[in-house]
Amino acid sequence: MSEIYEVLVVGGGPGGLAAGMYGSRARLKTAVIEKGRPGGQAASTMELENYPGFFRESTGPDIMKEFAAHAEKFGTDILKGTVTDVQLEGPIKTVKTSTGEEYQAHCVILSPGAEPRSLNITGEGKLRGKGVSYCATCDADFFEELDVVVVGNGDAAIEEAMYLCKFAESVTIIVIHDEGILDCNKASAEKALKHPKLKWVWSSVLDEIIGDELVESVKIKNIKTNEITEMETNGVFFFVGTVPKTEFLKGKVELDGQGYIVTNDLMETNIPGVYGVGDARQKYLRQVVTAAADGAIAAVAAEKYLAELETFREQVLECPTPVLLAFWAPQVEASIGAIATLEGVVEAQGGKVALAKLDTYRNKKTSANYQVEKVPTVIFFDKGEVKGRIDGNFTADDVKKLIGV
Amino acid sequence: MVELTKENFDAEVLEAGGVVFVDFWSPKCEPCMGLLPEVEAFAEKNAGRGAKFCKLDTAGNKRLAIAQKVMGIPTFVFYKDGEKVFVFDKDVIEMGAVQAKLDELLG
Repeated sequence: MSEIYEVLVVGGGPGGLAAGMYGSRARLKTAVIEKGRPGGQAASTMELENYPGFFRESTGPDIMKEFAAHAEKFGTDILKGTVTDVQLEGPIKTVKTSTGEEYQAHCVILSPGAEPRSLNITGEGKLRGKGVSYCATCDADFFEELDVVVVGNGDAAIEEAMYLCKFAESVTIIVIHDEGILDCNKASAEKALKHPKLKWVWSSVLDEIIGDELVESVKIKNIKTNEITEMETNGVFFFVGTVPKTEFLKGKVELDGQGYIVTNDLMETNIPGVYGVGDARQKYLRQVVTAAADGAIAAVAAEKYLAELETFREQVLECPTPVLLAFWAPQVEASIGAIATLEGVVEAQGGKVALAKLDTYRNKKTSANYQVEKVPTVIFFDKGEVKGRIDGNFTADDVKKLIGV
Repeated sequence: MVELTKENFDAEVLEAGGVVFVDFWSPKCEPCMGLLPEVEAFAEKNAGRGAKFCKLDTAGNKRLAIAQKVMGIPTFVFYKDGEKVFVFDKDVIEMGAVQAKLDELLG
């Protein structure tokens, strides 16, 4: 097994690569594990025109190459592997890959991303790779001079449909809403509705995909009249949202009902030292820019967490003398007085006992690790072990009793 | 790995005896590019076992791919004595499963 990483990022999409860049730029030993080439879903998105500052001819794959190069420039190791299992509890976390490699880290940033949702329409599974596709950049070439159908009407559906127009003879978009209503952004909607090559089927859903060895036709159902029409086509592209790739995290970290990782504003999960970023996180907007922002926040939060652990180790666990650890908070007046009491007791011991102070507001992890619910609280350590504690207010005599003088 | 084109496809695959593995890929396909190093390692590891390992860049050989009923990539196809015997065309192709299939075909 190799050395222990300070920050280990699982998944090399924009969120993971941004976390890698911030982590290594903070001089933390940082690695990103990625199953394929870095870039995530964005690397398969040709038309990417809403990442701020990149709007002249740059594509998803181009921008993602720059993300990876940026992380590597500051020293991020990009490792190849498919993560299949994680052990996140405790101070050292372990990440395992499908080929049996194991990596260890103090902090893990989970950035597994999302994958296209499958609707499980009749024929969809059978004809996958035979005309049914979820990746326009991968498969558009096959449909030169042929007809394709696109299912969906969000950003991805409309933007990928316009990309497909460069190849296919015709592109028909099946939209569940009334005529003219699209879920995608206004700029793309305006462009698409004026596009000469796009055809629209409104108030409809895809009912069935028909074909023996390759896609031959589709059945489209009008949801107002329930009428079903069959239309000949050579391909069906699905862009109907995504699902998080968090199966391997079940039972390891808190997920919501749909499988998204639950975090707070610092990207912290319910497990100390474990963060969640990007499209697999429960959040309002899933874009390259928000994934990158998540990554930056998680890396900085991880840096603070590591610093907190380090301080704690030096001042408390490895303290040469017995030490009183005081949990206080600047906004709790009683705790300020408690510090003064402790300082008086410790001073009288002439160096036989040390005092360490911990602001519970800034050091939530350590406070949580020791189940500190009241401020002030004081815990007495000797050689790294807890010898006693007082939760809530105390007097000088209480403290003397605690340290046995 | 043998690079396939429309010129050599019949001779190398359809008219060849034994087990032939074909990786249908294209440089524009990110998942394909991600898999390529693993595919090359797979071919190298199994060299000398009697199977042939090939790749077909679909970008210049679209019609050939479509004739093989491949219209989406990455797709891996195993042929045996010129007959298509197994197709990997799911979103996530696990190389472990590909190795198991090869072992099975080689008996």
